[in-house]
Amino acid sequence: MLRAALSLLALPLAGAAEQPTQKPESLGEPLPGLELFRWQWHEVEAPYLVALWILVASLAKIVFHLSRKVTSLVPESCLLILLGLVLGGIVLAVAKKAEYQLEPGTFFLFLLPPIVLDSGYFMPSRLFFDNLGAILTYAVVGTLWNAFTTGAALWGLQQAGLVAPRVQAGLLDFLLFGSLISAVDPVAVLAVFEEVHVNETLFIIVFGESLLNDAVTVVLYKVCNSFVEMGSANVQATDYLKGVASLFVVSLGGAAVGLVFAFLLALTTRFTKRVRIIEPLLVFLLAYAAYLTAEMASLSAILAVTMCGLGCKKYVEANISHKSRTTVKYTMKTLASCAETVIFMLLGISAVDSSKWAWDSGLVLGTLIFILFFRALGVVLQTWVLNQFRLVPLDKIDQVVMSYGGLRGAVAFALVILLDRTKVPAKDYFVATTIVVVFFTVIVQGLTIKPLVKWLKVKRSEHHKPTLNQELHEHTFDHILAAVEDVVGHHGYHYWRDRWEQFDKKYLSQLLMRRSAYRIRDQIWDVYYRLNIRDAISFVDQGGHVLSSTGLTLPSMPSRNSMAETSVTNLLRESGSGACLDLQVIDTVRSGRDREDAVMHHLLCGGLYKPRRRYKASCSRHFISEDAQERQDKEVFQQNMKRRLESFKSTKHNICFTKSKPRPRKTGRRKKDGVANAEATNGKPRDLGFQDTAAVILTVESEEEEEDSDSSETEKEDDEGIIFVARATSEVLQEGKVSGSLEVCPSPRIIPPSPTCAEKELPWKSGQGDLAVYVSSETTKIVPVDMQTGWNQSMSSLESLASPPCNQAPTLTCLPPHPRGAEEPQAPLYPPSDPHPSFAFPPSLAKAGRSHSESSADLPQQQELQPLMGHKDHTHLSPGTNSHWCIQFNRGSRL
Amino acid sequence: MGSRSSHAAVIPDVDSIRRETGFSQASLVRLHHRFQALDRNKKGYLSRMDLQQIGALAVNPLGDRIIESFFPNGSQRVDFPGFVRVLAHFRPVEDEDTDQDPKKPEPLNSRRNKLHYAFQLYDLDRDGKISRHEMLQVLRLMVGVQVTEEQLENIADRTVQEADEDGDGAVSFLEFTKSLEKMDVEQKMSIRILK
Repeated sequence: MLRAALSLLALPLAGAAEQPTQKPESLGEPLPGLELFRWQWHEVEAPYLVALWILVASLAKIVFHLSRKVTSLVPESCLLILLGLVLGGIVLAVAKKAEYQLEPGTFFLFLLPPIVLDSGYFMPSRLFFDNLGAILTYAVVGTLWNAFTTGAALWGLQQAGLVAPRVQAGLLDFLLFGSLISAVDPVAVLAVFEEVHVNETLFIIVFGESLLNDAVTVVLYKVCNSFVEMGSANVQATDYLKGVASLFVVSLGGAAVGLVFAFLLALTTRFTKRVRIIEPLLVFLLAYAAYLTAEMASLSAILAVTMCGLGCKKYVEANISHKSRTTVKYTMKTLASCAETVIFMLLGISAVDSSKWAWDSGLVLGTLIFILFFRALGVVLQTWVLNQFRLVPLDKIDQVVMSYGGLRGAVAFALVILLDRTKVPAKDYFVATTIVVVFFTVIVQGLTIKPLVKWLKVKRSEHHKPTLNQELHEHTFDHILAAVEDVVGHHGYHYWRDRWEQFDKKYLSQLLMRRSAYRIRDQIWDVYYRLNIRDAISFVDQGGHVLSSTGLTLPSMPSRNSMAETSVTNLLRESGSGACLDLQVIDTVRSGRDREDAVMHHLLCGGLYKPRRRYKASCSRHFISEDAQERQDKEVFQQNMKRRLESFKSTKHNICFTKSKPRPRKTGRRKKDGVANAEATNGKPRDLGFQDTAAVILTVESEEEEEDSDSSETEKEDDEGIIFVARATSEVLQEGKVSGSLEVCPSPRIIPPSPTCAEKELPWKSGQGDLAVYVSSETTKIVPVDMQTGWNQSMSSLESLASPPCNQAPTLTCLPPHPRGAEEPQAPLYPPSDPHPSFAFPPSLAKAGRSHSESSADLPQQQELQPLMGHKDHTHLSPGTNSHWCIQFNRGSRL
Repeated sequence: MGSRSSHAAVIPDVDSIRRETGFSQASLVRLHHRFQALDRNKKGYLSRMDLQQIGALAVNPLGDRIIESFFPNGSQRVDFPGFVRVLAHFRPVEDEDTDQDPKKPEPLNSRRNKLHYAFQLYDLDRDGKISRHEMLQVLRLMVGVQVTEEQLENIADRTVQEADEDGDGAVSFLEFTKSLEKMDVEQKMSIRILK
């Protein structure tokens, strides 16, 4: 692999060498005509080389990860540095001079920003602010301490004669060196700690420190550098004061720049709803602008980008579409990983260039020892102070890891390269020392920190899925603590956080989030939504297996038999185009009842179609590690499902398997509910319930319409159209529950396969005008790929409906030309029994349906319905499951 | 500050309160100050009104319930020991708390008691269970966004189901504890200042 990469590299190089000699000749000769072949290396050289380097790095990464053993033992950063060393050696041998250095300009302007943006944007903000005090202490005090003690100690070493006299450096030079070598490097820390998985608190402290200490490093470096350039004799007392002041200017200024850009970014994304495609671009552009602006004003650029990412995330994520969200996430991760890879590789390559450095053992050894020693000492001292104020003290093991995790990296290297040799005569020695320090920390410490963490039994991070209870109770705790602080009269952290949240809710979010997003912005809701999706997925997956066993034998649904034969998984695999699926449906027998079911499915599908697309976004939003690529959905989901199943076994079982237990409970609950909530369905709401609910729904819809009337079709789809669907579904559920003679418990899991096909078709068929948009653009792509999701939804819709949908496909096919007309007659069928008709109907439809039912259709059709109804009752068995499903849709709809 | 120790003498039954709550002398003095500040008419006890006048509590979604928790069994007033007893739930757990001899009653700031405090905020009718209805009420307070009633109900259903293990459609304290067993309650329900 390596060889291949090298030959790739060598090719353009060789080409470059030959090119100039050939060109003049060809020019001199009279050209017969059009040149068949022209070699234009120089015109593409720069970008070509960049692309090649990245390619080499990526290939190297692939190679590293071929063997899990290697990567589990050796951090990737080590491997990359070593690879860089090898490559650098080869380039040196071939070209006789060192090329491709890690240029400070490139590093600071291009390589560093993506990494910092990535870490800022995905920083767990709650954790970060919970530990802000500790982070700031380590970042500011710790870095100052490290810089001064290391610098002073080195100077002492020199005074003691342990450093060779050829290293010409005074106290200021050593302080300058100390300032650049003292800062813990975010890139290195991230690279190593991401693989170590220490507990979150420890990680956020080390990592946060490495990000925030940039301001201190920059200031120290600049101040020392200018002092050195001025000459120590010329430094006035005011200069020291200025130095201190500049610390505040640089750090606060950087943060302010970041926040301003975060604000701009959030505000901009609020208005992108018609140009979704540029949303990711905006995120990157504005974040980068923040970086460059801060850099331009010589403020702390790292701080600026960190704050920008940290500040904008909440609002941006709420504003942009889910596709943009995924794009942002992946692009950010890709860029960051790319930059990181290149940095480490170039670090290795740069080290080969011996012309740049000069060795002095005393200096190198002294620096290494001092760095480790003072880091440890500083950590212990600061932790001792911090623990006086911390609720959860950092124990000794934490301190060891923190001391040992103080990795130095490319920032130090870039800074040392930036030194001016005329002003700092010992630059070469410093460069050598920095290289050694960086290599030592990244390779030796990086290699050993994992075993160390294991050996010390450091508390690891444990990932558990959030549960609704946890989320809810966590919020409760927050509120309780805030209240208790109020009562105690101590305005502490909780008080201010509470204040901030209220301020954010009242003003900031309203200002920065588009209205549709603001409405549904809630964490409990979020968790609920995600859980539902996960459940749905696992459920569907489960359903595939269940189907063959129980589905066939269900006595209550004779019409299902035909569909049951096709197993869910088959269907999933098949995942041809929607059209193909539909064809199958057409062949199936139709009956009056089936037709009705089909209509219901149309409605549901029409409504549910949207949420399906949505769901992916929010599902992947929080799982960075997960590969949310559509194709991989299936595997990921299956895994998820398994885990989820285990954790939720009890609930699941209650819902799906035990018939007797949950059912009575549920009905009981239902009743209670009915009492509590006038609107809720009570015992036998069929006749009253329908009218009421329908009316409610209608009003909501119209509201929505008014609100977003200006919005484009797609926007409607995205943000509002869905709403009725949600309600509709929930209503269905309720209906189901109410009606519930809950005998057939496994039915929810039974997935009539053919109906899905029908449903696939349905969305656009049931189609109101706006749905048509989707049909054209997305059906072909999304439906097949998204099969799984689609499947879920169809499943759920089926469940809630519990009617065998497949057979009615013919009706569906009729629908497209006159969707409304087709549906109208059907809708009335349901009203008597339940509020279904309101579901998926766009307002107009719903209205039509209602009026119809009101006026005429009720009685005659009800009779027709009867069989179906009984049928339905069976399927509606478990309200619990149903409710899950419907919720999912709700959410989607609201998005 | 120097007057702290002298102030301690003002508090009636300092020692028994300290023993019960585990608060340090300094904390008690501080709380007593606060108590007196809240007690506007120098009645020697606090009424609901006294607590309701704390501005920030009014906007706290759980504010009313938390105020209510200071007045157990429907009493109209809370004296200083009662006041401190409630706050003692939020004392951070310290090392010496954990290895106490089993004969002593469980300290107020134990994990169990912290959880129980939260639990009784949900359990309005004090039947030892969070019913679906009670859960719904809490959710209505907590979910600030415009979620429809049905959706809220669905969330409530889901939440109860998630924690409900014995299938009675309500969350008992045991189930409540279990649903939070992975959470660092000791940390999340403590305020550093209340040592």
